[in-house]
Amino acid sequence: MSSVARYSETKDEGRRTLRFQGDLTLPRLGVLPTRLERLKGRGFLLDLSGVDRMDTIGAWVVHRTARDRDGEIIGANEDQLSLLRLVEQADKAVKVRPDAPSSLAQLLNQVGTATIMAGQTMVGLLGFFGSLLITTWRIMLHPRRLRINAIVQRIEVVGIHALGIVGLMSLLVGLVIAQQGAVQLRQFGAEVFTVNLIGRSSLKELGVLMTAIMVAGRSGSSFAAQLGSMKLAEEVDAMRTIGVSPMEALIFPRVLSTVLMMPLLGFYSGIVAIVGGGIFCWISLGIPPVTFIQRIREVVPVTDLWQLMVKAPVFGLIIGMAGCYQGMQVESNAEEVGMRTTTAVVQAIFLVIVLDAFFAVFFTSIGWL
Amino acid sequence: MSESEPEIVIEVRGLTNSFGEQVVHENLDLDVRRGEILGVVGGSGTGKSVLMRSLIGLQRPDSGVVKVFGESILDRDEQELQGIRRRWGILFQGAALFSTLTVAENVEVPLREFYSRLSDKLLDEIAAYKVVMVGLPEDTGPKYPSELSGGMRKRAGIARALALDPELLFLDEPTAGLDPIGAAAFDQLIKDLSQRLGLTVFLITHDLDTLYAICDRVAVLADRKVIAVGTIPELLALDHEWIQEYFRGPRGRAAEEANEEANESRAEEARAETGGAEA
Repeated sequence: MSSVARYSETKDEGRRTLRFQGDLTLPRLGVLPTRLERLKGRGFLLDLSGVDRMDTIGAWVVHRTARDRDGEIIGANEDQLSLLRLVEQADKAVKVRPDAPSSLAQLLNQVGTATIMAGQTMVGLLGFFGSLLITTWRIMLHPRRLRINAIVQRIEVVGIHALGIVGLMSLLVGLVIAQQGAVQLRQFGAEVFTVNLIGRSSLKELGVLMTAIMVAGRSGSSFAAQLGSMKLAEEVDAMRTIGVSPMEALIFPRVLSTVLMMPLLGFYSGIVAIVGGGIFCWISLGIPPVTFIQRIREVVPVTDLWQLMVKAPVFGLIIGMAGCYQGMQVESNAEEVGMRTTTAVVQAIFLVIVLDAFFAVFFTSIGWL
Repeated sequence: MSESEPEIVIEVRGLTNSFGEQVVHENLDLDVRRGEILGVVGGSGTGKSVLMRSLIGLQRPDSGVVKVFGESILDRDEQELQGIRRRWGILFQGAALFSTLTVAENVEVPLREFYSRLSDKLLDEIAAYKVVMVGLPEDTGPKYPSELSGGMRKRAGIARALALDPELLFLDEPTAGLDPIGAAAFDQLIKDLSQRLGLTVFLITHDLDTLYAICDRVAVLADRKVIAVGTIPELLALDHEWIQEYFRGPRGRAAEEANEEANESRAEEARAETGGAEA
């Protein structure tokens, strides 16, 4: 019957003998390897005659004990000898772990790699933008190359499917802005200016910014993941060898769809946020919708709309480009797809916010207050 | 534990699998005996991989009984399945190595999962000899799967499947995508391991050379069930169109001839040895 592996120590003709008993198999090994490791002394006789069954791991444990302690194996039967020979043949100096550099070297290495990576990403994105421009130029020269179906499909996914979530988000943001604004302005008896706050912030800042974040999360990430998986499956390579340019077939439709959809979604988001604010004003401040709309028309200059319409396509370009660029950088494994997807979203949102700051300064200086 | 009757390791009765409207298996029966290498063949889409997936509990069949080591795989809770899982090893078609772990770490995963009491040093040693045992170069341990060629990945997959010294090995097209030399070496490796470790092997393959070289019996999947199980000569004696076409086609004949040649040269060697001993 099967039983737990164990050994007993005896002295035979002046030599210490370890008499093994039970099953020397992985499920039955228990603490045997640890006990053997703690054993002191050398030159044992290892007696296997009492062993019922043995597998390669059991054989390995016997073999390493014999190897490390000048042991001699006795009493093994034919099968056990064959297993011992098998593991002995496989006993080579094998590296199991990668070399671990010292912690300082590792730190320097990480900093260096990160710096180089950042530089490469900047150059890479610039190059990517360049080749995107060239592709756009080519498509303009040969409009037949424009893949209408792909673009329409992307527009549906990026734009129309986002309407629900962007709308809900904007409505809530509008409500919250109105509510928080009203609380603060009430202290100065200036509650009516809540309308100004909603109108101005929703249309030129919040709407487009929140939409950009949402589109980066929804579409930028999916671009990176899709293209990354396609690269892993060699689909992109297959495309190239057939003569289809991935730039034209994959990237241009995606980037174009975000460029086209961002202004529309941004405008939609701004309007819904104003509606949200309007609802709050109506219910809580007692400003009827007609008055609210009239006030909005008075306080929101048309330049706010122009600002939105200038910023949104640029944000769309950044989101689409970051997603596609990161997706195309995937080289080796599935983990990288996830990593690149995260990077795409983080990069897109970061660049959008930085650019938004520049736009704010720029528009102020040209008098679009 | 020895029995004269061949012990049945896998027993399948009345297995029915379907995906929506499409019925893959219908009332499929199959036995796998202890210690044998059973080859499973069948045209594309006959559900070879689905059969394997239902044997290892990844695919819930619509009906039927699947017993591995005499215990039903179906309607078991996780706890009970774990006890069976530690007794088998599986090589998936694409090797399915964990891409974020090195080869050595991949081999250690099942060991760590089931036997947490083993020391790290022993684990590393076990991983190391398993890597050598399946014929991988000695510097493969710290490499990541993405740095390996297809054949090496398969070998690493075998090393992971063998990590727990299983009694039963499932192989899904182990030689697909390997060069002939690599495939032959892989066949030899499987045969070697199964003999030395007393493994039972369930092997899905399209490779006729593999069938001739290492399989004790071959099961033929067609028409949603196993239409025949037996040695290749036994199958050849059957009058079934697909089987005849499969084994009698140009590739089948070539594999048969190659196998005969190999057998002859082996017999000659044996004769020369015994002759030498007599003289």
